[in-house]
Amino acid sequence: MSSARGDVRRAARDTQEPLIGGVAAGLAHHLALPVLWVRAAFVVTAALGGVGIAFYAGLWMVLPADPQFDSATPGLESATRGGRRPGRSRRLGDAGPAIALAALAFGAVLFVQAVLGRGAVFWPVVIALVGVALLWRQADEAQRERWLDTTGRIDPVRAVFGRGGWASYARVAAGIILILAAFALFTLRSGSLSMARDATAAGLLTVLGFGIVVGPWVYRLATDLTAERAERVRTQERADVAAHLHDSVLQTLALIQKNFHDGPLVARLARSQERDLRAWLYAGESTDERTVASALRLVAAELEDAHGVSVEVVTVGDCDLVEPLRAVVAAAREAVTNVAKHAGTGQVDVYAEVSTTAVDVFVRDRGVGFDPEATPADRYGIRDSIVGRMARHGGSAEVRSTAGEGTEVRLHLPRQEDKDDG
Amino acid sequence: MAERPAAVSVVIVDDHALFRTGVRSELGDAVEVRAEAADVDEAVAAVAAHRPDVVLLDVHLPGGGGAEVMRRCHHLGHSPETRYLALSVSDAAEDVIGTIRGGSRGYVTKTISGPDLVSAIRRVADGDAVFSPRLAGFVLDAFAGSIEVAAVDEDLDRLTEREREVMRLIARGYAYKEVARELFISIKTVETHMSSVLRKLQLSSRHELTRWASDRRLL
Repeated sequence: MSSARGDVRRAARDTQEPLIGGVAAGLAHHLALPVLWVRAAFVVTAALGGVGIAFYAGLWMVLPADPQFDSATPGLESATRGGRRPGRSRRLGDAGPAIALAALAFGAVLFVQAVLGRGAVFWPVVIALVGVALLWRQADEAQRERWLDTTGRIDPVRAVFGRGGWASYARVAAGIILILAAFALFTLRSGSLSMARDATAAGLLTVLGFGIVVGPWVYRLATDLTAERAERVRTQERADVAAHLHDSVLQTLALIQKNFHDGPLVARLARSQERDLRAWLYAGESTDERTVASALRLVAAELEDAHGVSVEVVTVGDCDLVEPLRAVVAAAREAVTNVAKHAGTGQVDVYAEVSTTAVDVFVRDRGVGFDPEATPADRYGIRDSIVGRMARHGGSAEVRSTAGEGTEVRLHLPRQEDKDDG
Repeated sequence: MAERPAAVSVVIVDDHALFRTGVRSELGDAVEVRAEAADVDEAVAAVAAHRPDVVLLDVHLPGGGGAEVMRRCHHLGHSPETRYLALSVSDAAEDVIGTIRGGSRGYVTKTISGPDLVSAIRRVADGDAVFSPRLAGFVLDAFAGSIEVAAVDEDLDRLTEREREVMRLIARGYAYKEVARELFISIKTVETHMSSVLRKLQLSSRHELTRWASDRRLL
């Protein structure tokens, strides 16, 4: 895929289906490597003195969670919130390689311990790491739920546990217990039992005291944030919907009321409004003229409005609409116009395929058709605007038509290798 | 087309009552509408009770969407002979491909004309696939460029040259019999190709499809 816009590709953690923190999956996607390789690399480097673990933890802290939620169109997001679309399901097969890797990692840990005999420091560290990972994982889950949350409310309990559920509580509890256990184990190995108990109690008290001091402050911050965020979200949504409805739907309804006696016009208005709303709600397809596909969609929209025909555009692949390619869009416009004027059918299919070497556009109708050999002089459009134009720009056009069965115009234009936009 | 002995039995599943009524009247007596359902639970119950030949299934449905209906019916073993045709106003690639992978034998948009819908229902009832031009476009996009890359994997990951040609013609708006004439093959062969593309779309868990989906942030 060539990125038509000039935005920078940024790595992000994959929080949709993470095994631990989604770092490996996010990294694999960013580097276009198989996930298993990345996971294996982490495990191997983790076994080599813990570099992998440090690296993983660092990336977990630094990489943002993937912002995939913003990408859906309003209609799809609304359907998702309303539970009218299927949720994501996780396949057991996905976990298989990870379980194997985890087993390998465990083996590596035992091996290192056996060889180096560093059990005294080593085990507490491993246990503490698992505990921290569990807590971080819960933070991710809570963040995800905050994003999906439509009420816009944040409170400290929800900030930690998200929407709750036994998994959240279990993660937090297990995380804390593991960290405390590691702490206790460490002091136990290096000193006596009573010392370990004292140290653990001291640690707990420190955490508790810290919580009492900082707690109210955090709580107030969260409340402010909640109010501000909820208000912003609500205002934006209301403004978006109002603007869109006012601009397009209301205008169309007004026009329809005024022209209720004019059947074809009403149908045309309804069709145009439907296309517009559908694109806005679901498809998220642009009709600016930046790429070939969007230019063709714009042509279709304009001609639908102008001639009251329905133009179905299907595109495969896409590229920037550089100057030489405008010829094929203009020729396609001419071909669709011809259908609208002469074919006597209300339906036109436009299919465009953009490959690395060429752009192919097919304009097809099931109208009256004609004999291309006996083109009358007034069919000036085909000879000059289509065939001639394509030839001038180094492409070709072919018109196939059978009387009574419709017409298909095939446009072919090689892409020059000017500058690669990949 | 008229020589089918028994009318195809259909259950219409859509959360808009107005739309169900509209479809019912457009279908007329061409098919036998046995029941209507407005959400996933009703749909599953209706499929179990009426065992229709074809379920017209809205993609967006309260309770988890059309894919959830297929998943549950399949899971509970309700009416395994029933086939599903997805009907949607959403043109989002994610939904279209998702529904096909959920087990539907075709996808048409809600603006489809009455006669076209009837013939699509018959086609699905006969076990064939129904591809709208737009779906064919998505399929080509999804499998695009897989020829070199997928050499490591089995056949599921790519379309044969013939299947690609068929898909291309469908995307160009050709009807099945026009595809057959264009490629000098029989309609039956066209149908075989379509079914095989459908199967690949449903079974290929795979690389190309995954990459395509993640490029579009669908995963």
